[in-house]
Amino acid sequence: MTQPHLATNRPLLVPDKARRSAVGPDLQPTLAELHAPGRSSFKVPHAPADALDRLPAEHRRATPPGLPEIDEPTVVHHFVRLSHLNYSVDGGIYPLGSCTMKYNPKVNEWAARLPGFATLHPLVPDALAQGTLELMWTLQQQLGEIGGFPSVSLQPAAGAHGELTGILVIRAYHQARGDVERDEVIVPDSSHGTNPATASMAGFRTVTIASGADGMVDIEALRQALGPRTAAVMLTNPSTLGLFEHHVAELLDAVHAAGALAYMDGANMNAVLGHFKPGAAGFDVMHFNLHKTFSTPHGGGGPGAGPIAVSERLTPYLPEPLVLREADGSFRLERPRERPESIGRMRAYHGSAGILVRAYAYIRAHGGSGLRQVSDDAVLAANYLRRRVGEAYQLPYPGPCKHEFVASAAAIHDETGVRTYDIAKRLIDHGYHPPTIYFPLIVDECLLIEPTETESIETLDAFADALIEVAREAHEDPALLHEAPHDAPVRRLDETTAARKPDLHWPPLARVQSVCPE
Amino acid sequence: MPARTSWMPAPTPTRSAADGVVYGPHTAADREQMLAALGLESVEQLFDDIPPGVRAAGLDLPAPLSELSLSQELAALAARNRVEPVSFLGAGVYRHHIPAAVDTVLSRGEFYTAYTPYQPEISQGTLQSIYEFQSLIAELTGLPVVSASHYDGASATAEAALMTVRATRRERVLISRAVHRHYVETARTYFAPGSRTLEELPTTPDGTTDLAALVAALADAEHPVAGVIMGQPNAFGLLEPVAQASALAHAAGALFVAVVEPVSLAVLAPPGEYGADIAVGEGQPLGISPQYGGPYLGLLACSTALLRQIPGRLVGRTEDLDGRRAFVMTLRAREQDIRRDKAASNICTNQALCALAATTYLATLGPHGLRDVAAAGAAMGARLEAALADAGFERVHRAPYLNEFAVHVPHAPAVHAALLERGVLAGLPLARWYPDDETLADALLLCTTELTSDDDIERLCRGLAEVVA
Repeated sequence: MTQPHLATNRPLLVPDKARRSAVGPDLQPTLAELHAPGRSSFKVPHAPADALDRLPAEHRRATPPGLPEIDEPTVVHHFVRLSHLNYSVDGGIYPLGSCTMKYNPKVNEWAARLPGFATLHPLVPDALAQGTLELMWTLQQQLGEIGGFPSVSLQPAAGAHGELTGILVIRAYHQARGDVERDEVIVPDSSHGTNPATASMAGFRTVTIASGADGMVDIEALRQALGPRTAAVMLTNPSTLGLFEHHVAELLDAVHAAGALAYMDGANMNAVLGHFKPGAAGFDVMHFNLHKTFSTPHGGGGPGAGPIAVSERLTPYLPEPLVLREADGSFRLERPRERPESIGRMRAYHGSAGILVRAYAYIRAHGGSGLRQVSDDAVLAANYLRRRVGEAYQLPYPGPCKHEFVASAAAIHDETGVRTYDIAKRLIDHGYHPPTIYFPLIVDECLLIEPTETESIETLDAFADALIEVAREAHEDPALLHEAPHDAPVRRLDETTAARKPDLHWPPLARVQSVCPE
Repeated sequence: MPARTSWMPAPTPTRSAADGVVYGPHTAADREQMLAALGLESVEQLFDDIPPGVRAAGLDLPAPLSELSLSQELAALAARNRVEPVSFLGAGVYRHHIPAAVDTVLSRGEFYTAYTPYQPEISQGTLQSIYEFQSLIAELTGLPVVSASHYDGASATAEAALMTVRATRRERVLISRAVHRHYVETARTYFAPGSRTLEELPTTPDGTTDLAALVAALADAEHPVAGVIMGQPNAFGLLEPVAQASALAHAAGALFVAVVEPVSLAVLAPPGEYGADIAVGEGQPLGISPQYGGPYLGLLACSTALLRQIPGRLVGRTEDLDGRRAFVMTLRAREQDIRRDKAASNICTNQALCALAATTYLATLGPHGLRDVAAAGAAMGARLEAALADAGFERVHRAPYLNEFAVHVPHAPAVHAALLERGVLAGLPLARWYPDDETLADALLLCTTELTSDDDIERLCRGLAEVVA
């Protein structure tokens, strides 16, 4: 029996009509439209009027920049109103497949803002940074244990950044062995777009292999593609179809037999914590998405963090600096060139420590048993939801799935003309963020659904009910879906004109007066 | 119970490990209900597809912590960092007053727990804020196309260098040695593959990029140059002859990339005005805490001519079916999820929330506030220079500076350490970044901002006098 107060726990998306009319035809004025000369806030003491006189005129701005002048209350109104136009994890289930939109624990936000963490400059001597260095060193060990690898670099700023780091590490390994003819990276056709894009950025040619009918990597296709020019194979396990590559051992054997290395895209680690350790299974490199598996917030697109873990033979090539523990128990950063074979830096400083604090907190809160339970619950919830969604949608691959699953609206499309795109838009009217759609590319009219472990059974049921209801609506009133959403802050957008006549910034404000208000 | 390994923190009394997921709703009864619906006895059956040969037997990690224990542990770790010394450390990361309103905005779950605005109808808050960010940075840089963000100043610089290679179909990029060391090193890593090359331009004794060397490098017709990269201010805090350098680059058919510090753009000429084709920089000074290195905000702006080459997301203005103004991610054909191996970059996750911090910071300060921040740093810089000169310490370079400069101090690294014992963080010993440059062996790079007080300057000078004497 569904409890009523839980069943109605749906996000409120629609701004009230009164406020919409209060801001006119636009949802919310831009900052430029809120500009009113003289309304700048007084945030720091005025600098002496002659402070800049010593600078040569050729280097100075002729007039102050045309930034808007807005009082603080109006600024806060502005952003709070904008925030109301967003769907968020804090507002409701966000079943975006491949993104692991789990709940972001609030204690992690509190911790990252502690002045000892937040105000620490990255170039202070190690002696001043012992707290953060200990946290980073411990996180290196924790991620190593979780991934089954001996070495971890926390430097990469995002998953794709980790991929590039990992592929450059692989490149350096082959080069150091004089194995310089390897100029290809193999990816399955179900891979994330970042995989082939990474291979290109790292100077490799991408070879794409087709998946088998069961959605798994086709081991024969892989063997055909492998050869003396293969530098690496990038695999995602569980795959982007939410399936565990059960012949992963044979795949890895084939990769290694060809002299290539195996890269594991760790985007889907939330499914297998404590169940599968890629390093122990034979992968050579993997990246973690701390903003997926380890609950750091997605921030409207970022920041995340994408640490990589590598096997013993790749450790010399990791980017610098790593965090080391000294014999006396203190911690320090590696010195420049301390590991001469390192690929070098991938960014300034040592990593997105503010994100690392949150991921550390998440791992400490759960411990090993809790992390395994996270995956148990994520997989259980996905399978439960999958079964319910299967009442109205095709499930192209047999279960069980891992933490996510693909459904297809191909039959609905054939029968009604309604596409997955329309279904996604109609879900918005029902109060939900749609799943990932049209990815992976190999499934027709694809929905990739990932509920995560942090949504209740009532929410899973309510979301399934909405998807089923939308399928019913597709048959009864396709036009309703073709024009959806109807109840969102805006209706469908003209994306063609946006691309054809790009308007990427507001017109310049009239340059503000050069005299500073006193 | 796994054996404790040496790196594990000491065990703390906790909830029972059986409590499992800390941030999940599922009770044992919920799990039973879901399993029953699936016709399963145990959740382990859902993992039967993992072959025994690769199956892991759990994780060797310490026991879970309650929120109370966790917060105590984290507070203790934070307290082991020492953030109390009077600081003159900048070198690419600058301490500023962050208006309280910034964190109020960043703390809204509607912003920080959303993701990439793939569904624009329910992401207008994020999309409009990115459009506003692009507009504000376009105004500061004088360049009309602004990426929705990159990881940091270093990776943005590397991406810009790659842009010049793609846009000119040339392979040789010149970067001044007075660009932030980590940016040069990062670009070098990005340039390792393929036939593209990255060369460093030397500096003159006055601390700025050697234009004669630039002229010579550009003159090599056999190896035409794709891009020239210089800092403004440069890594020594000095103002570079960017207008001349930009003109030289253009005369040779190369693009000019300026590495800028955004607060300085309140008072310095915008890159678009002196002919830069691309401006990159670290957005951290715009309302983002130092956080021991990140997350930060990679700024990347370019001319309209380079629109199709810019990596990263762009948000454009458009209309909905009712003609209502709205915003949407646009020109997506440059991106990895559409173009895969032909994409302009592999970037996906970016630094959107840090861009929101910068947008809120700029909105809250306004043009006069930002000018005040830049000018206050410059004013304190002049006071610091004068006080150091009175104490007998001269600047290393002659070129003009804004709010950061190198000062000559005998035995600088040792003096730096001794001052720290007196509670003063005397900037960055430049020998750390330029170990082979004898002229910098005894140089301290010092920075001032609006947070620097006369008392701070006095403590530094008094400490220097004591230590050096």
